[in-house]
Amino acid sequence: MTATSDREQMAYVAAQAADARINVELDTGDMTLNIGPQHPATHGTLRIACRLDGEQVVVAEPIMGYMHRGYEKLCEVRTYPQCTTLINRIDWLGSFANEVPFILAAERLMEVEAPPRAQWIRTILFELSRIANLALFLGDMGVQIGALTPVFFAFRDRERVLNQIEEVTGGRFHPNFDRIGGLKDDIPKGWIDETRSVMTKMRTFCDEMEDLLVGNEIFQARCRGVGVIPGDVAVGYGLSGANLRASGIDWDLRRDANPGLAWDQIDWRVWTHPDGDSFARYWVRLQETREATRIVDQLLDGIPSGPIMAKVPRIIKVPAGEAYVSTENPLGEMGYYIVSKGDLGPFRVKIRTPSFNNISVVPWVMKGVYVPDVITILGSLYFILGDIDR
Amino acid sequence: MDEEQSSEEASAPDEKRENLLAELSENLGEMLIDSYLRPHEDLWLRVRIENWQDAVKIAKAAGFTYFGFLSAIDWDIAPDGRYENTEFDGGLVEEDDDPVELDTSTGYAGGDSRFQLLAQLNSLDRQMGLILKADLEDNLVVDTIRDVFPGADWHEREAHEMFGIVFQGHPTLHPLYLPTEFEGHPLRKDFPLLARQVKPWPGVVDIEEIPEHLEAQLEAEVMAAFEAEGGEV
Repeated sequence: MTATSDREQMAYVAAQAADARINVELDTGDMTLNIGPQHPATHGTLRIACRLDGEQVVVAEPIMGYMHRGYEKLCEVRTYPQCTTLINRIDWLGSFANEVPFILAAERLMEVEAPPRAQWIRTILFELSRIANLALFLGDMGVQIGALTPVFFAFRDRERVLNQIEEVTGGRFHPNFDRIGGLKDDIPKGWIDETRSVMTKMRTFCDEMEDLLVGNEIFQARCRGVGVIPGDVAVGYGLSGANLRASGIDWDLRRDANPGLAWDQIDWRVWTHPDGDSFARYWVRLQETREATRIVDQLLDGIPSGPIMAKVPRIIKVPAGEAYVSTENPLGEMGYYIVSKGDLGPFRVKIRTPSFNNISVVPWVMKGVYVPDVITILGSLYFILGDIDR
Repeated sequence: MDEEQSSEEASAPDEKRENLLAELSENLGEMLIDSYLRPHEDLWLRVRIENWQDAVKIAKAAGFTYFGFLSAIDWDIAPDGRYENTEFDGGLVEEDDDPVELDTSTGYAGGDSRFQLLAQLNSLDRQMGLILKADLEDNLVVDTIRDVFPGADWHEREAHEMFGIVFQGHPTLHPLYLPTEFEGHPLRKDFPLLARQVKPWPGVVDIEEIPEHLEAQLEAEVMAAFEAEGGEV
């Protein structure tokens, strides 16, 4: 008796609910979803406020400033050699590469040129920091779309490169090794052979990543055609680095605007991909890492002899003037616009960081994509938060 | 050998940029106030602020399609200087033979106002960069170039919060980095750097001094190594 009435009651409730579903209009308004500030996909504290219509993004707005450290202001009260300590911490995965354009800009104003040996070692360390930086991306991109294995390989092999950087500079992450007029020190004995064997291992690592991810069907399904950025949009937003080259634009500052380092003296090529999607960005970075190991190999063969420091005054004063020097950093074009008034420190430094421009395309590219693709796109655009916020 | 080559290169006229300057001055006409060229390095153009948007469009039409950055310079001298007046920093300045004389000019291509707008554009075909400048009037209002280069959107928001420049026609000029209730414009020279005012910069004091009994010995070693390398004393 009770059971029947229970069943009847449930049927009545279900019928009521069904009626309600038909007669009452459901709330189909947009929903706001915050991705971050603490999210594994964000490499730091970046928040993306997404307005969603069902599963699709209507508006995605990156919200930054959680890590804004005011480097441009701080540089104004420091001397030139003190500035490099700060600058190290902009893109913390490829620190040495951060120092180089700043030092080159100061050297340009002082009309000092580092001796050839210093230029070559600079280029080697520059490329090593590129490999260390991009190696982490190659593994990390797997994590973004649910493949956990590659990142462990990446951490294991990146450590080898960091060890090589540490042996020369004394610092794994923040070398602070570049000086106006040259380098702090020469490379240690036996370092060249060690580096060569590490480069061989890094090439194996690239092959592993190619097998694990590039050839993986799930990876391709998640990345191909996701977050397509056409070439003209990329140029208009000032995208740089692999993000630009993955959109089919053949532009690399190492080749096209070499500010005096050793890239023009060796044989290498720039990789581009016509698709402009997340897969293309991954593929270009993979090729670039491989190319960088070849660049390092060639550079190791031909380090010229000679001093590593040009003659510079003990107290560095940079003559009045303005200079903008940018280099092709692991993340893209990083440049420093230095205004000097002849003082011990810069009057104004404008830091043009690659990630800032690269992430400014997010509101454009994320219109209409599905929620899981948000993570894929963010991962493939590849940014370092310190590089956005400065 | 290298030195001779590089000095020859440096003295050679930079035809590429001179041609560009001629072309752009013709296209810009009245809009251009002044220009400056550092051979083989960069070209600076100063344009009228009321023609800012048009000048950027002309540059874009001349092939400068790649957006580098947009920012501003405050040419005022900071009232607190470089915060070097602490007791610790004295040592660093005393060692210096010539006192620091600040250059009072306002940069390449000149300038008549406190705030100057700055934009860097690149041409992928010509493989050159171009730096555009414009003097801002006292009301700090300028037309947005967001419609010409979409990438300028965030750079203008940053310049707005850091310098207080108003970009007319920009729909979302809300802060990019700073909290919404923040007052002031941090990159202006008269905005105090509070960290330095609360606690003086240690300057040279954080360098560990060499113990006295080792100093003479170390100095001899360093000098011997220096002379062995062929250095002149």
